[in-house]
Amino acid sequence: MMRSIAVSILIFLLASPALGQQASVIKIGGLAPTTGNVATFGVGQRNSYELAVEEVNKAGGLKVGAARHRVQLIFEDEQNSPEVGATVARKLINQDGVKAILGPTNTKVCLAVGPIAQENKVPMITPTCTNPKVTLVGDFIYRAGFIDTFQGAVGAHFVHKTLGKRRAGVLFDNGNDYTKGLATYFRDAFEKLGGKVVAFESFTDEEKTVDFRAQLIRIKATNPDVLYTSDYYGAAALMAKQAKEIGMNVSLMGGDGFDSPDLMRIGGKDVEGVHFTNFYSQDDPSPEVQRFVKAYRAKYKDTPDAYAAQGYGGAQILFDAIQRAGKMDGPAIRDALAKTKGLRTVVGVITFDQNRNPTKPAVILQIKDGKQHFVTRVAPQDLPANIRP
Amino acid sequence: MSVFVQQLINGLQRGSIYALIALGFTMVYGIIELINFAHGDMFMFGAYVAAFAGGAFLAQGYWAAFFGALLVSMVVTGLLGVLIERVAYRPLRYEPRFSALTTAMGVSLFLENFFALPSQAVPFPLNHVVFGPNYIRFPALLEVRTYSAGGIYFTTLHILDFVLAILLMLLLVYVIHYTLLGKAMRAVAFSKDGAKLMGINVDWTIAATFAIGSGLGAASGLMYGMTYGILASPYFGIFPGLQAFIAAVLGGIGIIPGAVLGGFLMGVSETFATSINSNLGYMISFLILIVVLLVKPAGLLGRLRRDKV
Repeated sequence: MMRSIAVSILIFLLASPALGQQASVIKIGGLAPTTGNVATFGVGQRNSYELAVEEVNKAGGLKVGAARHRVQLIFEDEQNSPEVGATVARKLINQDGVKAILGPTNTKVCLAVGPIAQENKVPMITPTCTNPKVTLVGDFIYRAGFIDTFQGAVGAHFVHKTLGKRRAGVLFDNGNDYTKGLATYFRDAFEKLGGKVVAFESFTDEEKTVDFRAQLIRIKATNPDVLYTSDYYGAAALMAKQAKEIGMNVSLMGGDGFDSPDLMRIGGKDVEGVHFTNFYSQDDPSPEVQRFVKAYRAKYKDTPDAYAAQGYGGAQILFDAIQRAGKMDGPAIRDALAKTKGLRTVVGVITFDQNRNPTKPAVILQIKDGKQHFVTRVAPQDLPANIRP
Repeated sequence: MSVFVQQLINGLQRGSIYALIALGFTMVYGIIELINFAHGDMFMFGAYVAAFAGGAFLAQGYWAAFFGALLVSMVVTGLLGVLIERVAYRPLRYEPRFSALTTAMGVSLFLENFFALPSQAVPFPLNHVVFGPNYIRFPALLEVRTYSAGGIYFTTLHILDFVLAILLMLLLVYVIHYTLLGKAMRAVAFSKDGAKLMGINVDWTIAATFAIGSGLGAASGLMYGMTYGILASPYFGIFPGLQAFIAAVLGGIGIIPGAVLGGFLMGVSETFATSINSNLGYMISFLILIVVLLVKPAGLLGRLRRDKV
């Protein structure tokens, strides 16, 4: 009896390295702001990371080389703060030993986290950072979304051609790389198209500023027919309210930072008719999108916004690369990411260019009756040649 | 011209809100010479309480919601002010002034970070008390109408903010100069020991000052919430609190009309500076402070050796 137990223990011990390998875990870091001024973005993105991981584990995990690996997501809230982002990224890499990072969500945090990931040779895919500088940090930094030079050009083209507006006022947060960049790219493209930017006004720190009327009155005095702001939903809703209050009757156009139900909750009827460029629309009939929207709804009883969709797409891109890498080390995953070609994901068909940006279309949405409505889809080749990024 | 007037009107509105905060600030300083760094957080706390109370009263109609929110937030915030005074300031009343100043900073940081906790991070029942770190919409407690005349626009809230700032200032002056409580406050401000010898309950008088000062903070929080329709996070009191402190010093700290004057001056100069160059607004308002204080160190309405309060 004792003997047989000893033998079985021996067999178990001998077999366990193989067993351990089969049931081994690959750790992935997740970053998004689930609290703070853009919390609705972060919650959607975290949900999507979790959904993607759950699905891949249900399907048996990732096949790396010969073995299958379960994915373990270690999520941290970066609070849309570069300081917090840098701290939790270091924790993920040094303490938890993650093999790759999904996130962060917004440009200013990406610019803080990117160098840390690059230094440690940990591949990072940001779902939604849009500033061109983000991936230029180094060859370990990828993104699943488009860049702001493209988004700004799409906005300018839409305002100029479809809305037929010629005089634009611009208002943005000068303390934020995302809003500053996007405002500038919009201006450049709009002027190349023959429009005129009659006012280019700014303020500092969106969380601190709630009174935009001094700037809006100045903009109004230049008699624009459209107001472009690259800011997030909270500030955008206030701008829409305050512009109405001082009798400014212009169209409002913005970027992906508008994509939140809080835009309508805070802005109410004042944001009716607002247009903005975005990554995706839930009305997109493509089977990838519809399957994702259904799975997300089933799990969270909520409709995924573009930030959630991008988060899921980022995970799809990363999992594909890890399986092709055949090894679970940073440089191998990076090399596989670089070779991503024609990958069908929820955020479009992904092929990376030499700056690790995917070529993908943008959509334009409009707020009507307190809801987002799909207006049109714009691919890079749809733009006039002189404003194509 | 109309641009100028429009900026002036908005500057006065912003100034009204600074003035309202500065009133509570200057009162507390007037009686115990404590720079109450937590006053910006009383303003924040009052705004959140007003948002919840106002939302609850909305079913009873607009005016009920407004006055209900005003009353509830002033009372609750007043009680919090008294509690803070009892716990954090009173034990240090006869200690070096720096100790009290440092506690005030501690109280301020504690309140901000406590109320900013996400509710899932806090055990029951405290998770019903924290406000969380996200934007909340401030309910519309009144029907806001926009009026226009000659290309100049103003709303019901412009009028209300201004009237409330002036009204509360007059009320405070009345309380301080013509009531028994006011007399006691002035006596305590003059000399705590002397007042005690004359049979004045110093503890009660100081507690009452904190109640009134914090209640005023709540009123300003309510007006802020109604004016901008949004509460960003429990950190949003820091900056207006700082501005109000400057407004109070600018007008002559401890002097009630000085706080209002300082508030208006800050609001108007900030708005005009912003309209000249959007990024310079705050810098210029601080520059004004420095220049005024270099010329008149006791503040605009202050005389060195004048009775406080």
